[in-house]
Amino acid sequence: MTIISKETIAIRTEQDAVFLRHRVTEYCVKIRMGLVNQTKLLTAASELVRNMLRYAGGGVVLCEVVSQSVLMMGVRLTFTDKGPGIADIAAAMKDGFSTGKSLGLGLPGTKRLVSQFDIKSQLGKGTSVTILKWKNG
Amino acid sequence: MKSLAAQFLPKKHDEILNVWMNQQLLHEGLREDLMPNDDLRKDSDELLKAILEVIKKDNFSDVNPDEFEKVNEVLAGISTSRAMNGFSPRETALFVISLKEGLRIVLEKNIEDPKALYDEFVRISTFLDKLSLVTFETFIKGREEVILRQTSEISEISTPVIQVWDGILALPIIGTLDSSRTQIVMESLLVKIVETESTIAILDISGVPAVDSLVAQHLIKTVSATRLMGAECIISGIRPEIAQTIVHLGIDLSGINTKASLAHALKFAFNLKRLEVRKAGEFKKIAAE
Repeated sequence: MTIISKETIAIRTEQDAVFLRHRVTEYCVKIRMGLVNQTKLLTAASELVRNMLRYAGGGVVLCEVVSQSVLMMGVRLTFTDKGPGIADIAAAMKDGFSTGKSLGLGLPGTKRLVSQFDIKSQLGKGTSVTILKWKNG
Repeated sequence: MKSLAAQFLPKKHDEILNVWMNQQLLHEGLREDLMPNDDLRKDSDELLKAILEVIKKDNFSDVNPDEFEKVNEVLAGISTSRAMNGFSPRETALFVISLKEGLRIVLEKNIEDPKALYDEFVRISTFLDKLSLVTFETFIKGREEVILRQTSEISEISTPVIQVWDGILALPIIGTLDSSRTQIVMESLLVKIVETESTIAILDISGVPAVDSLVAQHLIKTVSATRLMGAECIISGIRPEIAQTIVHLGIDLSGINTKASLAHALKFAFNLKRLEVRKAGEFKKIAAE
């Protein structure tokens, strides 16, 4: 997999989240991703960035445009925070599980929206979530 | 023992002002178009007085907020009024820095020993540099205030509640729904429901770029609150890509009336109110038959 371009965006406030959404849309348009996939990735990004703001008070997002072949292009986002971490990832990935008062669909829903999903978390150290959406996948 | 500058500079106010003014008037960056020279003289006079006041007390090398307050105040006032008149922050900072030259000439006239002259000038120069930074800070603060005001204004004007028919309200939502905005939306909607005695509210989300689980949760809450007030709530403007995303996310909106467009929602609302929309003249035909 080759990385075509990358950019790091720091997230501290809700305004930064708006900026991130704009950037992600720009990348999607650049590789001509369809509207449905665009919206899916955007929603997934929005979901993860909210988690980051809510549980870790912010973090860093790495946005990358990646390609495997000429046709297989995609956008990969890595959300890294230094928050409290997730105690039980298996539980957090289940529908309806939430330590806050939300619907509990954020993480499992995000996984359903993207092509690739990877989560790593260490209690007390932070969490890192990587999502990838192929242009047509 | 007061330093040399502190001893004689305060007495030379008029002389410094004249030198400084001459310099400014000769400077190529003079903006007579933005500010008459009389006003410039007044500003310069006021600032110089405040600065000499600090120099007189001879403790301008270490930043003491109490001593600096007066200067900062004068400077902030000047920066603000200049920014309003269309000066760039660079011009305002240059205005302060140009005083250095005036002070240097007066210092040179009065101190003969080169080393003492050098020491005094460096001290005053550092002091003025700090002041020129204050003008920048004031300028940025002013801009930030404008941005904050605009942000709050946007969130207010972007949530209008419209009465589209007797008893039917519509609320077009544009942009992202965050917690604070949902609060405003919900509040204005509920207040308006009571005011207009409406029984149907249409929430149009055509302008919302992405519906994630939090936005959905906010929508569900708004719908429940409207229902508690005895009104029915319809969510319209669900675009195809949004519908797919909501399904994938696993959000259950089946308990809520949803429509693809505002027109559909309005039609549905008319049905609920047992209203019919007909072409003019059609009614006569039916009556005649």
